[in-house]
Amino acid sequence: MAQRKSVPRQIWRIFLHAIPTVLGIVVLNFLLLQLAPGDAADVIAAEAGSATEETMAALRRSMGLDLSVLEQLKTYLLHLAQLDLGHSPRYAMPVLDLIMQRLPGTLILMATALGLAVVLGVALGAVMSSFAGRIPDRLLSVLSLLFYSIPGFWIGLMLILLFSVKLGWLPSGGSGTIGSSLTGWAAVLDNARYMILPAMSLSLFYVAIYARLTRAAMLEIRNQDYVRTARAKGLSPLRITLSHILRNALIPVTTMAGMHFGNMLGGAVVVETVFSWPGLGRLAFEAVMARDFNVLLGILLLSSLVVIVVNGLVDLLQSRLDPRIGAN
Amino acid sequence: MSAVLAVENLSVAFGPARPVERVSFHVNPRETLAIVGESGSGKSLTALSMMGLLPRNARASGQILIRTPRGRVDMLALPERRRRLLRGKQIAMVFQEPMTSLNPVHTIGRQIEETLIAHEDLDRAARRARVRELMNLVRIPDAARRIDDYPHQLSGGMRQRVMIAMAVACRPRILIADEATTALDVTIQAQILQLLDNLRRELDVAVVLITHDLGVVSQWADRVVVMYAGLHVEEATPAQLFADPLHPYSHGLLAASPRNAEGLTYRDAPLAEIPGSIASARAEAGCPFRPRCPAAREVCGAVVPPPVAYRGDRLVACHFPGILTEEARHVAAFA
Amino acid sequence: MPADSTLHKALATPAARNAPQSPAPQPEWRHIHAPDARSATTAHLPPRQGYAELKLFLRNPNAIFGIVVLLAMAICALTAPLLFPRDPLAMVGRPFLWPGQDPAFPLGTDSMGRDVLAGLVHGARISLYVGVAATALGLGVGIVVGALAGYFGGVTDRVLSRLIEIFQTLPSFVLVVVLVAILGPNATTITLSIAIVTWPTVARLTRAEFRSLRQNDFVTAARSLGFGHGHIIFREILPNALPPIIVTSSVMVAGAILMESALSFMGLGDPNVVSWGSMIGGGREMIRTAWYLTALPGLAIVVTVLALNLIGDGLNDALNPRFSEDRL
Repeated sequence: MAQRKSVPRQIWRIFLHAIPTVLGIVVLNFLLLQLAPGDAADVIAAEAGSATEETMAALRRSMGLDLSVLEQLKTYLLHLAQLDLGHSPRYAMPVLDLIMQRLPGTLILMATALGLAVVLGVALGAVMSSFAGRIPDRLLSVLSLLFYSIPGFWIGLMLILLFSVKLGWLPSGGSGTIGSSLTGWAAVLDNARYMILPAMSLSLFYVAIYARLTRAAMLEIRNQDYVRTARAKGLSPLRITLSHILRNALIPVTTMAGMHFGNMLGGAVVVETVFSWPGLGRLAFEAVMARDFNVLLGILLLSSLVVIVVNGLVDLLQSRLDPRIGAN
Repeated sequence: MSAVLAVENLSVAFGPARPVERVSFHVNPRETLAIVGESGSGKSLTALSMMGLLPRNARASGQILIRTPRGRVDMLALPERRRRLLRGKQIAMVFQEPMTSLNPVHTIGRQIEETLIAHEDLDRAARRARVRELMNLVRIPDAARRIDDYPHQLSGGMRQRVMIAMAVACRPRILIADEATTALDVTIQAQILQLLDNLRRELDVAVVLITHDLGVVSQWADRVVVMYAGLHVEEATPAQLFADPLHPYSHGLLAASPRNAEGLTYRDAPLAEIPGSIASARAEAGCPFRPRCPAAREVCGAVVPPPVAYRGDRLVACHFPGILTEEARHVAAFA
Repeated sequence: MPADSTLHKALATPAARNAPQSPAPQPEWRHIHAPDARSATTAHLPPRQGYAELKLFLRNPNAIFGIVVLLAMAICALTAPLLFPRDPLAMVGRPFLWPGQDPAFPLGTDSMGRDVLAGLVHGARISLYVGVAATALGLGVGIVVGALAGYFGGVTDRVLSRLIEIFQTLPSFVLVVVLVAILGPNATTITLSIAIVTWPTVARLTRAEFRSLRQNDFVTAARSLGFGHGHIIFREILPNALPPIIVTSSVMVAGAILMESALSFMGLGDPNVVSWGSMIGGGREMIRTAWYLTALPGLAIVVTVLALNLIGDGLNDALNPRFSEDRL
């Protein structure tokens, strides 16, 4: 029967499929920019202090801001192609540079939070499924529902209260000890200390989701015929659980994890704010405070692109995990 | 004992229900034993008991004696971790649904290998070689290439061959085929049954065929056990059973099947039915077949007939064995 | 037959039922006491009541708890002006009173001397309003888009699916922040923005349901009887597609409340209204000394959202019956 598609071909297919979506997002971004109060001329005028009507008009003409919407769209796309996302008045630097500066911080935080959520969630779900219907399962179910109901920013504050204010174990903000000259492994550990609470706050919501998903998947898989076959072959219980049950339960979990990346970015906005973590989320908060729409929309655009890339990666992972996908 | 498997007084209960009731039979080496019955007769549960694969809420009593190189063991008396060592190694099973019985995310080569990993001590290369051997044994064409295929790339018949390869990988003494061909096309059915028969001779394994199809029984079985409502009601060779059914249920089964001992086919006379069903007609006391039995008498409602030897090596659980065959002969004589 | 379809009612009339078959010849078996398929008549089936699911739902203790809590919150929201007629933003007492310190202010006062309990009770109003309104709007748009995409297929489906994908790729909370920042923060814009990010999930779900339901025979039958598309979509298919949508709606309200609280926390809430999120934001600085200012409003959010999630779980159990092992 048909062979599986090779990885480069799959990447190409994903890329082609993403193009209309990217275009749609770009156009939407442009429209939102148009909607935003104030334009580039206002920004420059504000920086200069003040400006007369004529100067403003002349400025607008020179920047092409009096052209039709379609013309402006073309200019916008042209700028994008040159990786020019505009200029930030508040930070006095190109938006793209600003975002690139903060992006790694957010990515590290999100990766840690997602990893934590998956590991804890799957473990919890596995425990719940082995006690299905009995007291431990019911208790853990309600507990996971509780996690699902807690706002990320509030639990962040409560964690700060407990671990930082009352117990003094962990720092309450920032990403590293200020003014320290640690290098190498010590620096990593230092950063890790600062990352624990924000990562926990961000991941809690998702632990619940993965726990319930894993539980449901494992219960369903347990009743499948191929698990019965595995038992009939005399395989060890450990091997059956890992290689047959969990391995198959990973498929829906990874699908969900991919879909949550975009969601988590939203959570990162408030969590980074609470913990003063230097990332895109806090940048977004600051941009909102300063009404810096260039930065804000730049963040929207870039984070959407990151989501598309992550979705593509998850698609590739899916076809590795489930050989039935991608075959004709 | 010379039998390779002996089931002694096996009963399985789920709460108040007793789907298997004091069943006893044995399987000789290298023979094909067929267990015949309709849905609800308890034959699949009997098979699962033989493998020690009953669900947690089932209570089993009796003995399942398997002859291993180290002596006789009772499957039901062993703890689970000892049972696991027997499964796949001494006794193996092939299930009904080839489409769902294989894990879709692992290659078939790996799934066959798993049995070897669990029971034998071979290195990786030796295992791969064995897997290829087994695939050739079950006549999967182009084994070297197909070993890395996934189940969804194979047809139903091919998957069932993979299941058989997994089952015989460690040369078990007993192979149970639970309706293994029911979900396949008729032509593939014949091929698979032929394969099982070949393996029986080549690998010196006893085959237990669980089926509802009398045609399969007549062609492939050395002996037949007929089950009804969890009871063992008759045991004979196919020739004996078809020529001279002793239990009224067996008589009804044969009358209801398109083949007829007198050479008549279904075109000559309408198929007789046995009205009712096992579930609707389960009697409280006495013989469970009584409500559907045309020859039932007083004693049938009072005493459960135990399986007794009859005319030598046959077994039947009826107070009046052969009564329907007698009547039919009387009727035919005067027709 | 699916419930409530017009077709079902039409066919229920006696004229449409088949004429009874001629009785089979009696078999010659004696001592037959068992009923068999031919001689027994079909037992009269009781008319199907739509309340079986409701009863199942009401038997779930978690769901009952959820409903009770939600009702309590709703009562708070509705009677707030009666219980606390004064503006909750008015300064009424000494600042930083702890809960229990002064019987006039059972939950204490904040940094400006405002009554915390009054704030909590009034805060329920905006949360429940935004939660319900945004969900209703999101459901409306989502169901229509999903139904059209799933029912018509073809180009309509491709275009609408692409639209759904675009909106699902944009990180939801970031987009909400951008929209509220651009449009100015007030209850209406917040509701609108949240609806804009939640409709894609509903649309996806509805589309999937419609795609599978439109294959059914009752749709073909309705078409052959001359019913138009509109009738089929809304009177035939939609009632059968509702169960998963109903389950999702409860979770959507929970999500909307979480988003609204996060917005107010960041300062993007309606400035004229007290919100639980804004109370947390206001109390953030004083977390070392007056941590009750952040803890109490957060607990209100958690309890309300938990109640909604419990209801959602209960609805899921009632509307999607599964085997006993899977049930909570």
